[in-house]
Amino acid sequence: MAQITMTQALNLAIDEAMADDPGVFCLGEDVSAKQGGGVFKVTAGLTEKYGEHRIRATPISETAIIGAAVGAALAGQRPIAEIMLMNFVGVCMDQIVNHAAKLRFMSGGQTPCPMVIRTTTGVGVGFGGQHSDMLEAWFAHVAGIHVVTPSNPADARGLMRASIDANDPVIFIENILCYGLKAEDPGPGYRVPLGKAAIAREGTDISIITYGRTVLDALAVADDLAKEGISVEVIDLRTIAPYDEATVLASVRKTGRALTLHEAVRPFGTGAELAANIQEKCWDSLKGPVRRIGGTFSAVPFASHLEQAWIPQKSDIVAQIKASVGKP
Amino acid sequence: MAEIDRDTLLDIYTRTMKVNRTDEKFRELLMGGKVAVMYYCVRGQELVSAAAMAALEKEDYVVCTYRGQGEQTAKGIPMEKWWGECLGKATGTCKGKGGTMHITDPETGIMVTTGVVGSGLPIANGLAMASQNNGDGRVTLVSFGDGAANIGGFHEAMNMAQLYKLPVIFLCQNNRYGEHTAYADHTDSPSIATRAAGYGMPGVTVDGNDVHQIYPAVKEAVDRARRGEGPTLVEAMCYRMMGHFFGADFSYMPPEHIAEMKAEDPLPKLRKVMLEHQFTEEELDTIVADIDAQINAAVERALAAPLPDTDEIYKDVLEETA
Repeated sequence: MAQITMTQALNLAIDEAMADDPGVFCLGEDVSAKQGGGVFKVTAGLTEKYGEHRIRATPISETAIIGAAVGAALAGQRPIAEIMLMNFVGVCMDQIVNHAAKLRFMSGGQTPCPMVIRTTTGVGVGFGGQHSDMLEAWFAHVAGIHVVTPSNPADARGLMRASIDANDPVIFIENILCYGLKAEDPGPGYRVPLGKAAIAREGTDISIITYGRTVLDALAVADDLAKEGISVEVIDLRTIAPYDEATVLASVRKTGRALTLHEAVRPFGTGAELAANIQEKCWDSLKGPVRRIGGTFSAVPFASHLEQAWIPQKSDIVAQIKASVGKP
Repeated sequence: MAEIDRDTLLDIYTRTMKVNRTDEKFRELLMGGKVAVMYYCVRGQELVSAAAMAALEKEDYVVCTYRGQGEQTAKGIPMEKWWGECLGKATGTCKGKGGTMHITDPETGIMVTTGVVGSGLPIANGLAMASQNNGDGRVTLVSFGDGAANIGGFHEAMNMAQLYKLPVIFLCQNNRYGEHTAYADHTDSPSIATRAAGYGMPGVTVDGNDVHQIYPAVKEAVDRARRGEGPTLVEAMCYRMMGHFFGADFSYMPPEHIAEMKAEDPLPKLRKVMLEHQFTEEELDTIVADIDAQINAAVERALAAPLPDTDEIYKDVLEETA
């Protein structure tokens, strides 16, 4: 099988979904061929195949973009709406939270809202305070939405396809720093079911529960610590909400220790919910408190060394694990 | 003045009275303490909704607001389901989970009733976009008030609709109040319809109390949309003859405004038009009596209907919980 980047993986998943179902279409800022197929080229080449009605370049109007996706979804189509950068969800939260997420429930099940909101973000590219935030916790706190993020190209392909299949809204978060990752192409039709975590690495001493780009950090740390005799299990949630509780709890019951890790700021982050739930349900298995690592509680800074200092550090992950397992 | 044929007039009259009698009944129930729910009265705006719904086909889509009783009943939601939902019953359109502000009935094309001012316009675009994509020939009408014209989504949606020539009709029911704030205290431009020009879209202001103005204006907008010529903004001038919601104080309305709206009441005006078109008093009274009988029966059944099971709070969250 060929090697593909995450960008290609996403493009392939969208392409095959559009080929299979004429109701699937994309809309968003700069997504069509005239603008080069999206700022990160995820929709490159699709206008040529499917036309401008199915790859709709929109005005810079996030509320109109998500509103249009909601309406089209109510009419039975499967829109893939792009919010170019995750911070811009602030412009269209009403459409996402009050409408997309709630219309199935408020209509007594009559009007499900099958739509994917693709969005990009990530710390480490020098975009500063309004283009870098990981805001997954905002959506995880709202009933009626799936929140998904891939950490590798194969999952990107499979999760995107499953997200397009889903009969409810999906917030699909793409980390800018992951677009260039390369891995083996899982091939056409590949799907990763929503709500299923992956055990990215098996271990016995501690479970790191993470997702997205920080999965790579967790795996790197696990490699290093293996040389010191510490066995780290890495759980890649893949779907952040509703998450795969069974896999998380089983892992923690096995290892007896847990560390949550995300790029988003730590206070009130998804790690807090994970930690609370683990402590409620795995108390008897726990050998110590659940630990949490997240980004610094400030805006993402611009200067490169500040930005690097802001991100959860591998040295912090190592230190927290060593403190947890009681090894210096 | 555009002529309207007798069948259409009769249709508009019937729908208008259905809206009016439903509104009267709701206020009677609320006043008598039989029910205690949020209700946004439509007294004074009945004709706008009725004429607009009469200009649509059954399969066309509608997006309305919490003050949407007019569109909902005039479009044809079965009365028993409508009352069931308003009373929070299992027999309601949404199993009692939406309520007066969130009536949904896809069978009659009522796709969204939003409780958020201005949020319906972007969604209407999406419904219309689906029709444009799949060529089903439907148009989408979205109703909103003058207050909604000042929220960002209005502008985003108008621009996008015109850009793509979407088959959508923006119906602004300018009832001169945004919640409790008078038009002159929230907007300095003389009309909402003039804003359409800023998006390259046709916009018209019509008297929503005059059937010979409101019906042809909406019908022309519907026909344009169906021909693929794009959206129209229709501003229907009307009066909200009650407070923002049932029970709300509206003593802030100046006496001259009250006198003006009483003089412009669409119901006597429409009745006069009907009589001029050789409908008899008796015929018109019979129509109203029939509507009242239907409403009374629907209300009785809704009052007697079961409440939703409490486990409904866990259902319809995601497909997995359906």
